[in-house]
Amino acid sequence: MTSLVIAEHDNAQLKGATLNTVAAAAKLGGDVHVLVAGGGAQAVAEQAARIAGVSKVLLADAPHLANGLAENLAAQVLAVAQAYSHILFPATASGKNVAPRVAAKLDVAQISDISAVDSADTFERPIYAGNAIATVQSSDAVKVITVRTTAFDAAAAQGGSAQVDTVAPVADSGLSSFVGREVAKSDRPELAGARAVVSGGRGLGSAENFKILDPLADKLGAALGASRAAVDAGYAPNDWQVGQTGKIVAPQLYVAVGISGAIQHLAGMKDSKVIVAINKDAEAPIFGVADYGLVGDLFTLVPELVSAL
Amino acid sequence: MKVLVPVKRVVDYNVKVRVKSDQTGVDIANVKMSMNPFDEIAVEEATRLKENGTASEVIAVSCGVAQCQETLRTAMAIGADRGVLVQTDAELQPLAVAKLLKALVDKEQPQLVILGKQAIDDDANQTGQMLAALLDWPQATFANKVEIADGKATVTREVDGGLETVALKLPAIVTTDLRLNEPRYVTLPNIMKAKKKTLDTVTPQDLGVDPAPRLKTLKVTEPPARKAGIKVPDVATLVDKLKNEAKVV
Repeated sequence: MTSLVIAEHDNAQLKGATLNTVAAAAKLGGDVHVLVAGGGAQAVAEQAARIAGVSKVLLADAPHLANGLAENLAAQVLAVAQAYSHILFPATASGKNVAPRVAAKLDVAQISDISAVDSADTFERPIYAGNAIATVQSSDAVKVITVRTTAFDAAAAQGGSAQVDTVAPVADSGLSSFVGREVAKSDRPELAGARAVVSGGRGLGSAENFKILDPLADKLGAALGASRAAVDAGYAPNDWQVGQTGKIVAPQLYVAVGISGAIQHLAGMKDSKVIVAINKDAEAPIFGVADYGLVGDLFTLVPELVSAL
Repeated sequence: MKVLVPVKRVVDYNVKVRVKSDQTGVDIANVKMSMNPFDEIAVEEATRLKENGTASEVIAVSCGVAQCQETLRTAMAIGADRGVLVQTDAELQPLAVAKLLKALVDKEQPQLVILGKQAIDDDANQTGQMLAALLDWPQATFANKVEIADGKATVTREVDGGLETVALKLPAIVTTDLRLNEPRYVTLPNIMKAKKKTLDTVTPQDLGVDPAPRLKTLKVTEPPARKAGIKVPDVATLVDKLKNEAKVV
């Protein structure tokens, strides 16, 4: 039994989500291989080879694999799939995009967003926005899985010494092409992997007011997040959204500021270790999950908190 | 061109579901059901494509029990021209739905299929991608903006860290993200008109698809409950608690 982890990377750096996915693969028992498909991604393959617990790295390198197009990436995974009992992707935008395409081609069900490995064929996954946990068993020959990265501790990035094998890249499908990318620049930690997250909601009132969270995030070394209401109102960019349909986070500390705590938001953060809520409405549902709640005006409490830290 | 829009009947997004005490699933008896929110966005997008002259016909499809007809009527009230119900009482998983949809695509020959990015009940986020794979069509998931011109769909997608744009050769699959559009409210006259539109019913057998589930659900349990928190009177107490009790700062 050997598992294949599909590495997430930007052709220069391996993304942290890969390490959590390797950790989930290690729980299956058996060998763990990593596929790095990209363009000019030799350095990424070398990083993958150093992950503790990885015994082999496959590198498929070609220009048409550089931008993670689902059609080409899925074909590349399928080209090596026959050697594996389990194929795991991180449950990131990229993993979710490609994994079902691989599963359907193999004619197997895909198991989405697993939060625990019970055995080699039995997994736990949240359903209904995290309000229920389903334990599912797969009878398929190959298990295609996406891994909820916050549910598995990251494998050590150093300590391994796997060999890197080059595999032949698949041909360009010609079905799709990459046009461009607008990446939000930020000096803050990445939301999904941050140790602390400070999130703002509709209570902030404007994009200008959202900046009140900056000093707090700076003090805590935190990433900034937002509720859907704040994103829809244009206070914060889309990719800051925490929730069922945005990012799932589980930091050590989650500070919810001016967020009421709708079911869909809680789905994205209720596995945080410590939750702090600051809201003027003492009845807001967020206080139902908060370890520490502070009722009052965020515009006085947030600056007070910054100076007290 | 024809546009096909699959829609799913799910527990309304405002309902907090309860797990059944025998752990066989969640209790959905007598719970309000509605169209999956991402599918509303898909129907809206297809309707806009029709209104701007890009699409000639919008076909809404739903797979499941007889009550999915209501979901299809809603889609037709938003703007779909007709509906197809693939009726079955069997449990349907994404791979089965993708196969049923493939059979319908083969029959109807649409140039574009617009689906929601995920259903809010199983949270799978698979069906669109699986359908694209079965058809060997290109896909653009988590769409934030869609432009159709010259036999191509140019789609801006919401990805981790920002946005990216891809160009797909038609026919193609698009799955919607939240910010693709704001679905319109259905009006009473449109609900009345929708009742007169065609709604065909077929079965998985008619389409030659075996919808048997591949994944067996062994049990469904409540997520671990968080222990009750406290409200603190002031910032000083909060900071003290974070430093000395929770030890997170």
